[in-house]
Amino acid sequence: MAYDKFTILKSSAVPLPIENVDTDQIIPARFLKATKREGFGDNLFRDWRYNGDDTPKQDFVLNNPIYSGKILVGGHNFGSGSSREHAAWAIYDYGFRCVVSSFFADIFKGNSLNIGILPVQVSPEFLNKIFEAIEADPNAELEVNLPEQKITILATGESESFDINGYKKHNLTNGFDDIDYLQAMKGEIKEFEAERIF
Amino acid sequence: MSNQASTLFDKVWDAHVVRKIEDGPDVFFIDRHFIHEVTSPVAFLGLETRGIGVMYPERTFATADHNTPTINQHLPVADPLSANQLKALESNAAKYGISHWGLGHARNGIVHVVGPENGITLPGMTIVCGDSHTSTHGAFGAIAFGIGTSEVEMVLSSQCIMQPKPKKMRVNVNGQLGKGVTPKDVTLYIISKLTTAGATGYFVEYAGDVFENMSMEGRMTVCNMSIEMGARGGMIAPDETTFAYINGREQAPKGEKWDKALAYWKTLKTDEDAVFDKEYNFDAADIEPMITYGTNPGMGQGISKAIPTSDQVEGGKATYDKSLNYMGFHENESMLGKKIDYVFIGSCTNGRIEDFRAFASIVKGRKKADNVTAWIVPGSHIVEAQIKEEGILDILTEAGFELRQPGCSACLAMNDDKIPAGKYAVSTSNRNFEGRQGPGARTLLASPLVAAAAAVTGVVTDPRTLL
Repeated sequence: MAYDKFTILKSSAVPLPIENVDTDQIIPARFLKATKREGFGDNLFRDWRYNGDDTPKQDFVLNNPIYSGKILVGGHNFGSGSSREHAAWAIYDYGFRCVVSSFFADIFKGNSLNIGILPVQVSPEFLNKIFEAIEADPNAELEVNLPEQKITILATGESESFDINGYKKHNLTNGFDDIDYLQAMKGEIKEFEAERIF
Repeated sequence: MSNQASTLFDKVWDAHVVRKIEDGPDVFFIDRHFIHEVTSPVAFLGLETRGIGVMYPERTFATADHNTPTINQHLPVADPLSANQLKALESNAAKYGISHWGLGHARNGIVHVVGPENGITLPGMTIVCGDSHTSTHGAFGAIAFGIGTSEVEMVLSSQCIMQPKPKKMRVNVNGQLGKGVTPKDVTLYIISKLTTAGATGYFVEYAGDVFENMSMEGRMTVCNMSIEMGARGGMIAPDETTFAYINGREQAPKGEKWDKALAYWKTLKTDEDAVFDKEYNFDAADIEPMITYGTNPGMGQGISKAIPTSDQVEGGKATYDKSLNYMGFHENESMLGKKIDYVFIGSCTNGRIEDFRAFASIVKGRKKADNVTAWIVPGSHIVEAQIKEEGILDILTEAGFELRQPGCSACLAMNDDKIPAGKYAVSTSNRNFEGRQGPGARTLLASPLVAAAAAVTGVVTDPRTLL
């Protein structure tokens, strides 16, 4: 799908210091009934964000107006569970372009990269520093520099580098996706298929 | 350089790499693609937006399962959104010439049940589906894993996805399983030891005599749960048990093709001196019937044990407290004797005939507890027919249980099968996340035997006392 190119993102961040945030929390299954990909942001973290009667839960971070920004900072093992890409869509649709954690579940990480969200894995120590910086100042900005593969807490100047493979980095910085790549090699795939025994 | 000894995983993976991208993923060929109504519509929409088609429609199979009702399937689906998704699957399948086993079809059922039972799933294949429990098919010695919708679109349009090759892990379980210890207990035990993220980044091979002696149904239960410790998938080397299961199934190879396939399948095993990135060894005798007490599948333990304290588990205290608070449980409490409200047997984890046989073995001659609502949901119409043919339905009816119609049901509660807020469910499914079985629902994952023991006593009960 088409998404905005990702190069350098400078933004305040929303802290969610909970471990094992699974995709059922990010978007509960009962909201997966759409046949289009827009609008999932309304139900992002639905059951943590709203009471049963649809009134906002005041103690949840997305309902706290002092926190905002295009970066979501989550606890260890973010995005575990179901393969629903809807979880990544919900995060993107809400307005986030980057998720920072000390560890990501595989499928969520892949889904994010495929739709233009950058998952940034940092050390547990650096993650704590980010949480501390946001606690000290909810407007504290982070700079995520994809070309340099570096994340910086601007208030303190502390930074850490992060990994991403060259292919995905090239895609994200140019707004390309895998389907463009695969369509261009269909001849090669056809030859491969002809040799399959099943 | 070391010699070229390779693992079962290497053999299947390497045979499917169309192109290696430097500093990037492999272009990975997919033999079989399963689709269902929830994660495919946006992929088809993508094809239309790009003006591209389905490259090999005969390699994709559609079944409706996630969002289907489990009663009155002959009536129109009441929820308009669900009905719309089912219709989208049907019309997309028709438009692109994809085989479709929709609601009401004799072979309809949960995608990970119908693939194997119809002989679509075979050893040595690569299999994907927009569902994380696709790992189930690894029981046949296939590389099978869940993908996102963007990848569904890739497979439809090019029969390939872009995947970095995962690291390799082997989990060995040897010895004799005790009375009342089932494949579900084996997998819940492994996950409790490795934790919910302990195998992230790895593809797992299960080895050892416990798996060699396991039925195909049991192997599917184990491989199914691989994702619950973060692994992309799990696999078991195919053997005579595998071949006997496949032989004669509708879409399995026949005649000369069978002989050729069998010769290939027999090569699919890990070489003796192959090296894994990580390896674990467990003793079967240490495994009890298991039950979970928290909000991820790694938070499980032997049914006779007390709930651990936060310093005994991995991870932070705040997350642990949040989890126990959600469950309404406390540290050091015993799980035995806890009152339960619902029992769910079914899902791609435990919705096969062997699971219903196990459930019936405890229920037989007993009555459903008055405080329990039980949802008994076969994984497919074929399983449903077996339940009837084998007399299991009579045992269930006699004990006060009703049989529902096939589908994913309360495992993810997309349809009306939702556990009410605050209620406790002993469930044979795969996830005990907050709200997984309905907003506020509290899930205790367990085997069909533990579920049966809870269903007839109304409390968490050690099934060994009823066998």
